[in-house]
Amino acid sequence: MSQTATLPAGARFDDDLPPALRVRGYWSSVGVRLRHDPATLCFGVIVLLIVLAAIFAPLIAPFDPYKESVVLRLKPFGYRGHPLGTDELGRDLLSRLIYGGRSSLLMGLVPVCIATALGGTLGVIGGFAGRTVNAAIMRTMDVFYAFPSVLLAVAISGAMGGGMANGMAALALVFIPAMCRVAETATAQVRSLDFIEAARATGAGTFTIVRYHVLGNVLGPVFIYASSLVSVSILLASGLSFLGLGVKPPTPDWGLMLSTLRQSIYVAPLSCALPGAAIFVTSICFNLVSDGIRSAMDVRL
Amino acid sequence: MSTTLTAPRPYAEDVGGPAQPLLIARDLAKHFRVRGGSKTARVRAVDGVSFTLFKGETLGIVGESGCGKSTLARLVLHLVERDGGELIFDGEPVGAPRGISIAALRRHVQMVFQDSYSSLNPRMPVQDSVAFGPFVHGRKKPDARRVARDMLVKVGLNPDLFGPRYPHELSGGQKQRVNIARALAIEPRMVILDEAVSALDKSVEAQVLNLLRSLKQQFNLTYLFISHDLNVVRYVSDRVLVMYLGRVVELGPSEDIFTNPLHPYTRALLGSRPSMDPTNRIEEPPITGDPPSPIDPPGGCRFHTRCPFAEAVCEAKSPELGAWLERGSHVAACHMLNAGSGHSAAPA
Repeated sequence: MSQTATLPAGARFDDDLPPALRVRGYWSSVGVRLRHDPATLCFGVIVLLIVLAAIFAPLIAPFDPYKESVVLRLKPFGYRGHPLGTDELGRDLLSRLIYGGRSSLLMGLVPVCIATALGGTLGVIGGFAGRTVNAAIMRTMDVFYAFPSVLLAVAISGAMGGGMANGMAALALVFIPAMCRVAETATAQVRSLDFIEAARATGAGTFTIVRYHVLGNVLGPVFIYASSLVSVSILLASGLSFLGLGVKPPTPDWGLMLSTLRQSIYVAPLSCALPGAAIFVTSICFNLVSDGIRSAMDVRL
Repeated sequence: MSTTLTAPRPYAEDVGGPAQPLLIARDLAKHFRVRGGSKTARVRAVDGVSFTLFKGETLGIVGESGCGKSTLARLVLHLVERDGGELIFDGEPVGAPRGISIAALRRHVQMVFQDSYSSLNPRMPVQDSVAFGPFVHGRKKPDARRVARDMLVKVGLNPDLFGPRYPHELSGGQKQRVNIARALAIEPRMVILDEAVSALDKSVEAQVLNLLRSLKQQFNLTYLFISHDLNVVRYVSDRVLVMYLGRVVELGPSEDIFTNPLHPYTRALLGSRPSMDPTNRIEEPPITGDPPSPIDPPGGCRFHTRCPFAEAVCEAKSPELGAWLERGSHVAACHMLNAGSGHSAAPA
């Protein structure tokens, strides 16, 4: 049987529109909107390049990022084949930047993904259940909110010990309350609308309603907030590395490089700025791309 | 193949027979708790409402804003928990151990809400919103979508043009048609129309009312039609129930109520309609003041604070509604109608 219902003979539609206004499917309409958004496409390409560079670092990095040289310390751009010069231990800066993307992107993305999954779930549960469940979840989150995020991250990863995995776990814990709050607010807003009540009236269970009617409406705000957290996460991770709680030297990491090069700021200011620029460009691109995707996915725009 | 439309459903599920009312509500009550100050107050939104709904009829419910009409609708569907009273659906008590479950009730009773926009998921194509009901009731997704598209045809929307659209791309009338299709997609026996046409402009309202009328015949439906618009209620209803402050004040056949209202409140309500005759203008407001707060409603007859005929007995005693269970009865809760009530105008 065909998908389209055939109209009965003589059926009249007083609201008929000319066939030129036919509607597209959801994903193809998202694609069309993205194609008409050159800025998002542009920044998307940059994000892609950064990610690809991190993945294929061994193939494209011109030098070994760990190879030190006493004589080649803090050399300027283009010095003896080092396109971006060298750092305070004579290691090639470009290679370290490329390799550094690996840990920085991981530290930026993984904690946010964990926090979105856990915090988002808790927020939707709290927002939809309301009353005591909501109060229990949100008051617990408020306890975490009471600490400044940097302090909390330092405290947690300090308690668990250094290392990248512990750093990620600490950052995830820092982001969960905020993520939860965003999801809870969005869910509570949707919950009071008539279409939820209509869905309940058709006899749908709570899980089905959440799956089909709540998630689609909550995903937007959660998504945009999560993407703004990526850059925060990269920065906090570099803070942890700086304190010796995240990535350990000599592993290349943008945050760590920023803190070690900091002492050379009067000698080689440009070299010092490079890891910062990398963080800046990455986070800006993430924000702009996610914003573009969000508006392309918003059926109401 | 010319059509995939389903034939009108026979009354296979008519458990109680044609004489059994589809719905009997007895002393329904809902008291909302409101927090404020030191003590918790209770809003008596619905306070002992009884009525019957016979198979195939349209019962109109009218009343001022805040009289409990919408709460009553939600009580019938168990969207809010009732605090008292009982519901009997086609002879089976709802939610009772040996009666019909709430889940089963929701397969038979559906609702169309006033706000056509917020009652559709803004991020779902309307055909998926319509298909949701059949999907919940166990149909496979392509199958449910086919039902949805058939329903869109029934409400006069071309499924190829409108099915994949989102609610914001439709006009108010089109959205309300989608909502009607959504309510009918699981083949209910009864539909609650909670101010379903009130937000539409007049020409669209008439179209939708006629659509509702033809759908009612096609699907053997019973309507509970809630509205504040008296002319619309008169147009669609077989019988009318008038509510005031959470109570029933009058119940009877539509024409009887509109031509011969018994209760002073009904008379005032009907008197508030604008006159069509310019030489016969309404000079004085038929009723003054606002309804008292349902948080602390007046004792006795709820209407005595605004009633021109109020006497001591009205303040002291709550009037009985009378024989509300019978089909043709025209009853009103007023001491002036009850013999021996103590009111000076009461029949001897």
